[in-house]
Amino acid sequence: MAEVYRLRSDPEHTAPALPLAEYQSGGTAVRLEAGDDARLLVPHLGTLRRIDIAFPKFREGRGYSSARILREAGFTGEIRAVGVLYVDQLMFLTRAGFDAVLPETPIDPAVAERTLARFPNVYMKAADSLQPIWALREQSNA
Amino acid sequence: MPRLLTGNRLETGDVLWWAGSDWSLHLRDAVAVDDEGEALIARQLPQERINDLVLIDVDATPDGWRPRSTRERVRAVGPSVRPDFALPSLPVDAI
Amino acid sequence: MYRYDEYDQAIVDARVAEFRDQVERRLKNEISEEAFKPLRLMNGLYLQLHAYMLRVAIPYGTVDSRQMRMLAHIARRYDRGYGHFTTRQNIQYNWMKLEEMPDLLADLASVEMHAFQTSGNCIRNISSDQFAAAAADEIADPRPYAELLRQWSTLHPEFSFLPRKFKIAVTGSTIDRAAIKLHDIGLELVQNDAGEIGLKVLVGGGMGRTPMLGHVIRKYLPVADYLSYMEAILRVYNRHGRRDNIYKARIKILVNDLGAAEFARQVEEEWALVKPLGLDPPPSELARIAAHFAPPVLDANAPVEIDQSNPDFANWVTVNTHPHKAPGYAIVTISLKAPGEIPGDASADQMDIIADLAQRYAGDEIRVTHAQNLVLPHVRRADLFDLWQVLVSAGLATANLDRASDIISCPGLDYCTLANARSIPIAQKLAVKLAPQEADLGELKIKVSGCINGCGHHHAGHIGILGVDRKGEENYQLLLGGSGAEDATLAKILGPGFDENGIVAAVEKVIDRYKTLRADPAERFLDTYRRVGAEPFKEAVYG
Repeated sequence: MAEVYRLRSDPEHTAPALPLAEYQSGGTAVRLEAGDDARLLVPHLGTLRRIDIAFPKFREGRGYSSARILREAGFTGEIRAVGVLYVDQLMFLTRAGFDAVLPETPIDPAVAERTLARFPNVYMKAADSLQPIWALREQSNA
Repeated sequence: MPRLLTGNRLETGDVLWWAGSDWSLHLRDAVAVDDEGEALIARQLPQERINDLVLIDVDATPDGWRPRSTRERVRAVGPSVRPDFALPSLPVDAI
Repeated sequence: MYRYDEYDQAIVDARVAEFRDQVERRLKNEISEEAFKPLRLMNGLYLQLHAYMLRVAIPYGTVDSRQMRMLAHIARRYDRGYGHFTTRQNIQYNWMKLEEMPDLLADLASVEMHAFQTSGNCIRNISSDQFAAAAADEIADPRPYAELLRQWSTLHPEFSFLPRKFKIAVTGSTIDRAAIKLHDIGLELVQNDAGEIGLKVLVGGGMGRTPMLGHVIRKYLPVADYLSYMEAILRVYNRHGRRDNIYKARIKILVNDLGAAEFARQVEEEWALVKPLGLDPPPSELARIAAHFAPPVLDANAPVEIDQSNPDFANWVTVNTHPHKAPGYAIVTISLKAPGEIPGDASADQMDIIADLAQRYAGDEIRVTHAQNLVLPHVRRADLFDLWQVLVSAGLATANLDRASDIISCPGLDYCTLANARSIPIAQKLAVKLAPQEADLGELKIKVSGCINGCGHHHAGHIGILGVDRKGEENYQLLLGGSGAEDATLAKILGPGFDENGIVAAVEKVIDRYKTLRADPAERFLDTYRRVGAEPFKEAVYG
């Protein structure tokens, strides 16, 4: 594993993330495997500070739904994508609600910066604060 | 049975055949790699310049190498339905 | 048709810059092929047998003359002077160089085109009815609804790494020219009792290894809820679709395993959660898009009667034109199936000629059909003769629409690395053999695939042919009785396979038997098959 690439400014919460099966109420860090149901964590979002979501292979995509579900439920702590992930996926990850990535191969911060700044606008609403293009069109016509 | 090493060039996608010290666009230049094949692939892979490296089975015929599979004969010649693009190593109707 | 505004253009331009960056990093070995391959696939770039292949998206199969000329330019500048129109209304180029891709995509972007999501496990190009806005039988033009989906699905953060590829088709007519029952999601515009347009939603259709027809999970979805409901379907699929076996990863398997009713229930449950999130654009956005698709101003006095004294012309008018919603107009299909030629291939020169014709005669629009032909949707009947003469001189006046030589074929083992057998030569041989008697045979849809993935739609063929590998030899299975239209059925295998000459002979035997079995000369092969079943044909072929 490389270093954590973080897009949060608060101090890193370093408690070890327990697997979902071992998680108990009051724990502050948990790890979801790709197939785990993120909605099981909804009652604990007030105490959780970091949720790791596993990406065991590039083709894995369930974590994107898990992260969005957690953000939709109001979680504001860190959601960390862990596994086979590349810098070119950063836009998808951040828009789905991730704000930290622990990839197997290091992320070049310069490339990451370019990637995150690449698309000036987005077509659809997601877990970030970006307004979709249809809303911008609406505003420019108002 | 003789075996050849083939792949596609990263930059262009061109079909390549291992010709002993370098790659050739033509099957007729290929040299049998036989037992060295795996070692050649192991040497080439980390360079990341040739995609889809694979060893294929061929027969030695009086007219040169003839790949055993239709797929590799098509790769060596070009699309059988576009004889105008055919490469010269095999006649199109040998596909 | 739709024109980009500054937002659309900025996204496509950014995509070109992104891919230029990615290609540069790959060529400098800053990223591995393992990391790069999914990125190039998401830009439609495959490595095929002879070179890279680029699939360019043609959203809902519609282009204008400027775009068609660019497709011709790309064929000349970056390829070997031709392109291949596909069964998903796209175009593929077969001789691409990775190092030239960024410039090519920049050329495409200059005419509001791209290759977004034409491969990969994401939402692919949205397909639609090639007669949209011209057919008398539609309740509304489906393309604004498809364009809304195109935008929503472009770079979707949650649905770009689905269990498998995802294909959506939209039609505005009960006459199904978009094969909506054979898509992951099929959408049909329908009206409620108040006359308001909504969508009938089908899920879980598809061809390939496990062909299935889609199930209606909602009879009427209000347009205001359109995108949030799509979001709910995709989320259920993304979370619960199988990822352990690539052959069982399509949504049809999930729908089949759960049952359509349970799948629909899960979608409704998810929808209740996502609907309040504000995912649906206001009605003004659909109205803005729809305004782009206003049909050309049609001449209400355009003459209906035309001189058809030239018998070749009269035959072409009968076979290759359809009634337009305006009486003095016709919908023209340009066949890319001259017998003996490669189905769906067009040369750069032909593309330029078709662009000129569209501009001069057809409201500047061209459609690509899933049967690999091209359509000029709005042609004055009075212009048909002039148009036909140009087509004749360009080798594009073959009068065989929906007939025996109008054969769908995937590229097969002549180009495709997934293929097990060649499909184009089979299509060529059959077309040449059957063309002389096709007028007598009437509608007959023959579809050839070179592997089980079924890009040649063999399961939807009245006669389907599937190429397989049998102990290293090309072998062909014969299927009968499929349809991709509103009467959709899946073709069934008749019996043991054949070699290349054997399959051609077998199809001829099937057709000979049909001629003795049909109730009257107007009964289609498909209807005869449905009436008499497979047995007489089995006997004709194997007996």
